[in-house]
Amino acid sequence: MKTTTTLITASVCTTALAWSASPLADDDFITLASTTSTENSGLFDAIIPTFTEATGIDVRVVAVGTGQAFEIGRRGDADSLLVHDTAGEEQFVADGYATERLDVMYNDFVIVGPSDDPAGISDSESVADAFARIAESGSPFASRGDDSGTNRAELRLWEDAGVTPQGDWYRELGSGMGPTLNTAAGMDAYTFTDRATWVAFDNPQNLTLLFEGDEALFNQYGSLLLSEERHPHLKHDLAAQWHQWLVSEEGQQAIADFEVGGQQLFFPNAK
Amino acid sequence: MSASDNPFYTALALILGMDSDLIDIVVLSLQVSLVAVLIASALALPVGAALALWRFPGRNGLIVVLNALMGLPPVVAGLCVYLLLSRAGPLGSFGLLFTPSAMVIAQVILVFPIIAALTRQQVEALQHEYAEQLRSLGLTQLRMMPTLLWDARFGLLTVILAGFGRASAEVGAVMIVGGNIDGVTRVMTTSIVLETSKGDLPLALGLGIVLLTLVTLINALAHAVSEAAKRRLG
Repeated sequence: MKTTTTLITASVCTTALAWSASPLADDDFITLASTTSTENSGLFDAIIPTFTEATGIDVRVVAVGTGQAFEIGRRGDADSLLVHDTAGEEQFVADGYATERLDVMYNDFVIVGPSDDPAGISDSESVADAFARIAESGSPFASRGDDSGTNRAELRLWEDAGVTPQGDWYRELGSGMGPTLNTAAGMDAYTFTDRATWVAFDNPQNLTLLFEGDEALFNQYGSLLLSEERHPHLKHDLAAQWHQWLVSEEGQQAIADFEVGGQQLFFPNAK
Repeated sequence: MSASDNPFYTALALILGMDSDLIDIVVLSLQVSLVAVLIASALALPVGAALALWRFPGRNGLIVVLNALMGLPPVVAGLCVYLLLSRAGPLGSFGLLFTPSAMVIAQVILVFPIIAALTRQQVEALQHEYAEQLRSLGLTQLRMMPTLLWDARFGLLTVILAGFGRASAEVGAVMIVGGNIDGVTRVMTTSIVLETSKGDLPLALGLGIVLLTLVTLINALAHAVSEAAKRRLG
């Protein structure tokens, strides 16, 4: 009994020591707060190895909604941000939390819903028209409701459509994109999603893509370089290399090369 | 349901495939939870025993609080640790957020009340049983503590396993303080959440089966050790 206990304790302690020491040995990494759409689609798995090979810097991704990513950045808990809410990003710079914001890439939002399309949005003229039809028909609509970039874009579009989204049909889930798609599939609801998450999503059930292509559905991603003045402890040199690499020829090419099922999901558009 | 959609088939393929990413995730999960339970036990066993043996003002209140904290929602524990370890928080300068150490701290907070509260109950019951003997020996509470803890060891093993169950099953705390970073802080439960959000439900459930299998193995090992010890010591 005693020897077994000692053995177990010893092995636990050794592994604990070995593993607590290992992160210290390798300090060449940055923590990136980014969105679930970029992580879940597999983009980071595709481009980070290229960056690491070129610079020796590893990128540790914390994938959250854009609202939470801003909060992580404000508190100084990540070295860099890659998010998709241009208005929010510009505000973030104006507030002094970041010194520079660069366009990196874009994709687009789409509306998905039950394949029999009870609100008849598939032949809508615009996204505003499609949203108005959903509201009018009272068909269930699943909203992220989590202050993410996608959620903020969706709320702006309701405003454009002249609809106040409330009532039994409008269901705020307060979850990430994936869980929202799972729930929408479960209750046969319409929902608003970025294309990358939708294409990489494996559980569509009866959901299908019903509306796409309006210019208002443009979804811009931006990289933020955090303020050295506000958070001097962050790894600004390494983060700056990542920030610059994203908009470099090599980084832009890596983004363009990323495909899921033969479909390109993000389109580089650095200026 | 085709073969690849079957979660049991997926789980089996995961285990037999010995995928190195999966092994890393499993190893990290076990390390985090076992270290957390070890630390929590080292703190909670003496605290629980002390609470059983000493009488002092506010003792009942403390017991109630400890019992209530057994129901502490993991996400709340995670949020508290996040605010403590965040750069803007009081312990921010250690740079522990989004590391396995942060996950251990959060799980210690979750496991401590369970082990302390149940230890208190076990030791108190034992003390009542032996009250006369202990009094005749004229032992102080400090001297009683190791004796009673040792005597309650088989019951306490179950208590510690309950704590381990809590640690290995929770996702709310490790998700917030670890950040589910691939290769750094991704554990079994956060992988399951991630795969669910990607809509890969068979893989998510497959990982769940792997986790359950591991927890069962650890419980079986603990049971076997305690049975063997019982036989040898009578």
